[in-house]
Amino acid sequence: MKKSFKVKGIDCANCAAKLEAGVKKIPGVDKAIVSFMTEKLTIEAADDKFDGIVAEAVALCKKLEPDWEIVVK
Amino acid sequence: MFDIKEIAVLAIALVVYALVGGKIIKKALRNIKNGQVFDENFLMVVASLGSLILGEYAEGVMVMLLYRIGEYMQNRAVGKSRRAIADLMDIRPDYANVDGENGELVQVDPEDLEVGTVITVKPGERVPVDGIIIEGSSRLDTAALTGESVPRSVGEGDEIYSGVINLNGVLRVRVTKPCSESTATRILELIEEAADSKASAENFITKFARYYTPIVCGLALALAVIPPIIAGSWSVWIYRALTFLVVSCPCALVISIPLGFFGGIGGASSKGILIKGGNYLEALSMADTVVFDKPGTLTKGIFSVVAVHPEHMEEEQLLELATLAESFSDHPISRSLADEYKRVTRKKVDKARVASAEEFAGEGIIAIVDGKKVAAGNSKLMKRIGAESHECHLHGTTVHVSIDDHYEGHIIISDVVKEDSKSAIEKLKALGVKKTVMLTGDKAYIASDIAADLNLDEHHAELMPQDKVSIVETLLAKKAENRTLAFVGDGINDAPVLARADVGIAMGSMGSSAAVEAADIVLMNDKPSDVALAVKIARKTMGIVYQNIVLSIGIKVAVLILAAFGIANMWLAIFADTGVCMLAILNSMRCLRISDK
Repeated sequence: MKKSFKVKGIDCANCAAKLEAGVKKIPGVDKAIVSFMTEKLTIEAADDKFDGIVAEAVALCKKLEPDWEIVVK
Repeated sequence: MFDIKEIAVLAIALVVYALVGGKIIKKALRNIKNGQVFDENFLMVVASLGSLILGEYAEGVMVMLLYRIGEYMQNRAVGKSRRAIADLMDIRPDYANVDGENGELVQVDPEDLEVGTVITVKPGERVPVDGIIIEGSSRLDTAALTGESVPRSVGEGDEIYSGVINLNGVLRVRVTKPCSESTATRILELIEEAADSKASAENFITKFARYYTPIVCGLALALAVIPPIIAGSWSVWIYRALTFLVVSCPCALVISIPLGFFGGIGGASSKGILIKGGNYLEALSMADTVVFDKPGTLTKGIFSVVAVHPEHMEEEQLLELATLAESFSDHPISRSLADEYKRVTRKKVDKARVASAEEFAGEGIIAIVDGKKVAAGNSKLMKRIGAESHECHLHGTTVHVSIDDHYEGHIIISDVVKEDSKSAIEKLKALGVKKTVMLTGDKAYIASDIAADLNLDEHHAELMPQDKVSIVETLLAKKAENRTLAFVGDGINDAPVLARADVGIAMGSMGSSAAVEAADIVLMNDKPSDVALAVKIARKTMGIVYQNIVLSIGIKVAVLILAAFGIANMWLAIFADTGVCMLAILNSMRCLRISDK
């Protein structure tokens, strides 16, 4: 499954790269892209683990940059 | 005595420092807790605190202040560019008008529309989803989709795409595609996903940034320790080392390169050129061979009447006879005749005048029109009925017409070269494309006519669809190293070739999702000159991206060298950090502006 999430508050390209590297390290993630320009996080992962991975990504984001917020619809 | 003054100055400096830099210090501490030491916040804290400790109060405070101002301005510039690009892509309206219970119009979310629902599009509104006009006529501004500035006239029965603006008439439209599959949504998704395919220049920068900061920090440490151990004067060398830290942030690169690509992709989309990623922009900028699959790219791909040559009667009469005779057939030739008849006479074909019609496969049709026996077809058909026909000097498909077995003339139908095909080839040559190639299934003499007319370097005729791949393979093997081959097709039956070429360009095919899927670049317009425009945009964007790489790395390295020898001070270092970043962002924004010329 592949899904994109809006990330509110990305104001630093280097930090976007940090988040991307972090999400890539979450077990089960096949592909992760943080686009600084479109303020979007795209995750590709297996369907059954997807929700857990998203929750982990949200927590990671909070830890790295408390000003950012991954919008999960 | 000076102690009190000193302490007062220090106190003021510290208060100002805390006010200006508090947030940065907090961020730096938090990131250290997360295990990220080499972070720009931390580096700024070390540089400014170091200056304070060395007694350079003004500089210490100013480093922090300017860093904050620089960050603020960067954010503004980035926000502005994001908005500029978003505005270009603001082609999807927030609402659609549907009929309410009492006949009034009710606004609903386009996402909730179902196929078959009838919506009303008022003048000045954007069409929310794809559909077919069932009532009304108007002119449409399609600039947002195609970059074409001349409004298009539409009426009942015409298909319209979401994203276009209805200019003057009220239109009633039956929805043919749900919002998620409509043109506007697909374009937006395509452009947003474009940011995911990164060009090698972008990957280079990400990698560079990963090593750059630790290396500069290591150099700073070496500079702070090694020379003083040998020659003394610690504070001088520590100051120089702190200058290094200020320059060590890779921000200018990390922001401006993706911004440049995104600007180029956004700017291109405003001209109806959809590029699916920075990597394709990069590949296209290096194109030196452009291969056109003829129908639908260099030519219109539909057969039209190019000449009517009657023996005795008026041109219009001959056309009318042929059209009527062919009116019950759905052969492409009959359709071209009907189109031409409609264009010339502005009348509908009156099928009631045709009493009967018999089709002879591979020859033509014999029909009874107004009580007379009318034959329309090739020379074989003329021979069959014993009418004496003669061939035309024009190339194309010839439809001979006879009345009661007497020859009356012929009509020439052929695939018409698009108006700007010639200038497209000229522009590509001017841009330095070495080889332009045409592939076609046409007869060799027709192909060489067109190739000579358009001044193409190479053409291959009488091809079967499967031949195209092998020809493209041969051309790929022949091209110069570090150069690329672009293939332009109309998206019909050429998905394998689109995928095989370095850059696959599909044109005028927003309707065909297979083509959009297989192509790397989609041209919304039918204009072949947009291929040249795309190459130009790609060149310009890559130029700006390389300028930014050279500018920011160059200035940083220069300042580092100057700082090591004590020539550059903290101020210059700050310029090399935030100043260069601003310059690079402003330079990137040039990617958005595209002139047609």
